[in-house]
Amino acid sequence: MVILTGGIDLSVGGTVALAGCLAAGALQATGNSWLAVLAALGVGLMIGSVNGFFVSYAKLPPFIVTLATLALARGFTLVYTEGRPLLVDSPVFDMIGGGFIAGIPVPVLIVAAVYVVVGFVLNQTKFGRLIYAIGGNEQACKLSGINVERNKMLVYVWCGFLAGLSSVILTARLLSAQPTAGAGYELDAIAAVILGGTSLSGGEGGVRGTLIGAFIIGVLANGLNLLNVSPFYQDVAKGAVILAAVLMDKAFHSTADSR
Amino acid sequence: MGDNKDTPLLAMQGISKSFPGVKALDKVDFQLWPGEVHALVGENGAGKSTLIKILAGVYSMDSGETLIEGKPVDINSPRQASEYGISVVHQEFTLVPQMTVSENIMLSDMPSRPGLRFLVDKKAMASGAREILDDLGVDISVSSPVRSLTVAEQQIVEVAKALSRKTRILVMDEPTAALSNVEVDRLFNVIQALVSKGMAVVYISHKLDEIFRISDRLTVLRDGRVISSSPISHFTRNEVIKQMVGRELTGMYDKPKVDIGKPVMEVGNLLLDPMGQGISFTVHEGEVLGIAGLMGAGQIRLARALFGIERIYGGDVILKGKPMKISSPGKAVRTGIGLVTENRKEEGLVQLLSVSKNITLTVLDNVSHMGVLSHQAEASIVADKIAKLDIKTPSPKQIVMNLSGGNQQKVVLAKWLAVDPDVMIMCEPTRGIDVGAKAEIYRLIGEMACNGKAVLLISSEIPEVVGMSDRVMVMHSGKVVGELTGAECTQEAVMRLATGGSAVGA
Repeated sequence: MVILTGGIDLSVGGTVALAGCLAAGALQATGNSWLAVLAALGVGLMIGSVNGFFVSYAKLPPFIVTLATLALARGFTLVYTEGRPLLVDSPVFDMIGGGFIAGIPVPVLIVAAVYVVVGFVLNQTKFGRLIYAIGGNEQACKLSGINVERNKMLVYVWCGFLAGLSSVILTARLLSAQPTAGAGYELDAIAAVILGGTSLSGGEGGVRGTLIGAFIIGVLANGLNLLNVSPFYQDVAKGAVILAAVLMDKAFHSTADSR
Repeated sequence: MGDNKDTPLLAMQGISKSFPGVKALDKVDFQLWPGEVHALVGENGAGKSTLIKILAGVYSMDSGETLIEGKPVDINSPRQASEYGISVVHQEFTLVPQMTVSENIMLSDMPSRPGLRFLVDKKAMASGAREILDDLGVDISVSSPVRSLTVAEQQIVEVAKALSRKTRILVMDEPTAALSNVEVDRLFNVIQALVSKGMAVVYISHKLDEIFRISDRLTVLRDGRVISSSPISHFTRNEVIKQMVGRELTGMYDKPKVDIGKPVMEVGNLLLDPMGQGISFTVHEGEVLGIAGLMGAGQIRLARALFGIERIYGGDVILKGKPMKISSPGKAVRTGIGLVTENRKEEGLVQLLSVSKNITLTVLDNVSHMGVLSHQAEASIVADKIAKLDIKTPSPKQIVMNLSGGNQQKVVLAKWLAVDPDVMIMCEPTRGIDVGAKAEIYRLIGEMACNGKAVLLISSEIPEVVGMSDRVMVMHSGKVVGELTGAECTQEAVMRLATGGSAVGA
């Protein structure tokens, strides 16, 4: 959604790591799993708000702002954990990471729910409409009397929230919080979005394509694993796929413009 | 150069050029002799810039030919134009502000050190730049960065840059738009120095005083045709004005008679500049107030200030009897003001979204409930507007980018009619659209007035302001220079005021 507004969020990986570690810390300190989940989501919301504030109200370039928050989040994570992973031992996290409801793994259900919600927001709500409009032409939106700043802010907050949510899933899957968790997530996320046909310059794209893009990235990684390709080469492959996708995005756009 | 006095330096013959829906140039002949300043005048849209762009190799002509010193030439790119010695100094500067004067002047042809071609010879660069500036008789330090210069000095650097290439034909597009009187004098000295060396200058300007001061010959363009072309001594100011505006007011401007009601918007002493002159006016229900002026005379800034985009330094705005502080476009929309921006592509529409989504962009609150859109409510508003404005689109879902200019403009209007503001500010509402669409926009302006709305019609197309407005306020370099109503509101009178003269005529 951030990319739809013509922005970018590089901080998701760092957010995932910090949220996961603080959640694990909260769990160890209080023994309350729900408090830990809230802590993770809270961290996500907070970093999202920081990003949103600097991008929309201070009018800084999103690339720089989120690069800075990425570094901040990673730094705080290392300070807090002193580089060591934190173990998580809680039935709630067990359930989130490894449970089944009606034969479907819980993480899959959560992700499916997120896609449904995002799809609904993008297509059926005023906020979703504005995301597309702002990405398409921010100036025109402003001159139509729309509060562009507030809506951009909300998009980043939402992105941070989702990063917090994914940290909960990841921590629950591993039953521990890794300070290096989420490394390269921003890359995967952006790659999925672009592969799904969302334009990096904003205004075009959707949740269905992104889901497909995410599958492609996932299948690519998994497939390379199965083929016994060294994990070192996997990033090379990913990089090449992203470059190819961006090139295609550009090619489609220039043909559209020359009409 | 120009040994033969019978051969013009430049001859453009029978130049025609069409854009979709518009014939921009129709068999235009234009000649330029060495050592002369040839002024090119005409209203906005008369074809001046198209002609210059063809000369500069930006556009290609549909038919006609260009001769330089009698020899036919093909100019297909700005680079080729420059090889033939043609340079254009644009209204917007093309200087790099952080670089020094000498770097800017010598940018296209940097001297390198002998033997080391990839190293710039800074000394040679400075002395080369110095030489050119000395030739022009100006004293600007070549080592200061361009951004520290005044606008006038930058203008001269721009000229010097053109001279660093072997320029024989210098085109200047509105060169004095941002200059003070003293600075204009200085620029004119430079121009005179250039032509005395045999160079030829094409001088485009709206300021008739300056044209009569500097030019030797004058060509008037109107609707893509040459109306006249003679030595300047054959013209009087009033004749030039008459020839420029001679377009007839056809039946297009059929504004219905509307009884003018209560004041809707009263503007008192509005300051656009801290040191400027206050602007005051009142516009009433059912009234179309035209604001005329040449491009950049301040009318667009006024519109943007009223809509909360441009900063205001003082004065007040009263809407329907209540004083208002309009600090943002959002506030403006909520208080009942709409703004049709001058460029629909950059500021009016989201090109990638559909017709329907663009129309409801201003009224998303009305078509949604608790943030969830009602597609039904949206569709009914959109269908209504498409029918009312006769927007030609295969479907409401069509992407706006694929519509013609006229229909795009109607989508912009539809977007605002959906809000139904009390005051509609329209900036250049018919720019770049075909005649048929123009007529329909005029019809809509009339309808708005009938419905008791107040319309501010801001346009640099004088026939349209005169034809559509009940009253015309004329602006010239940031100031209101007159207000015309009834019989005194003629195209000539408006043009005279807009070009800096008095309404009665010189």
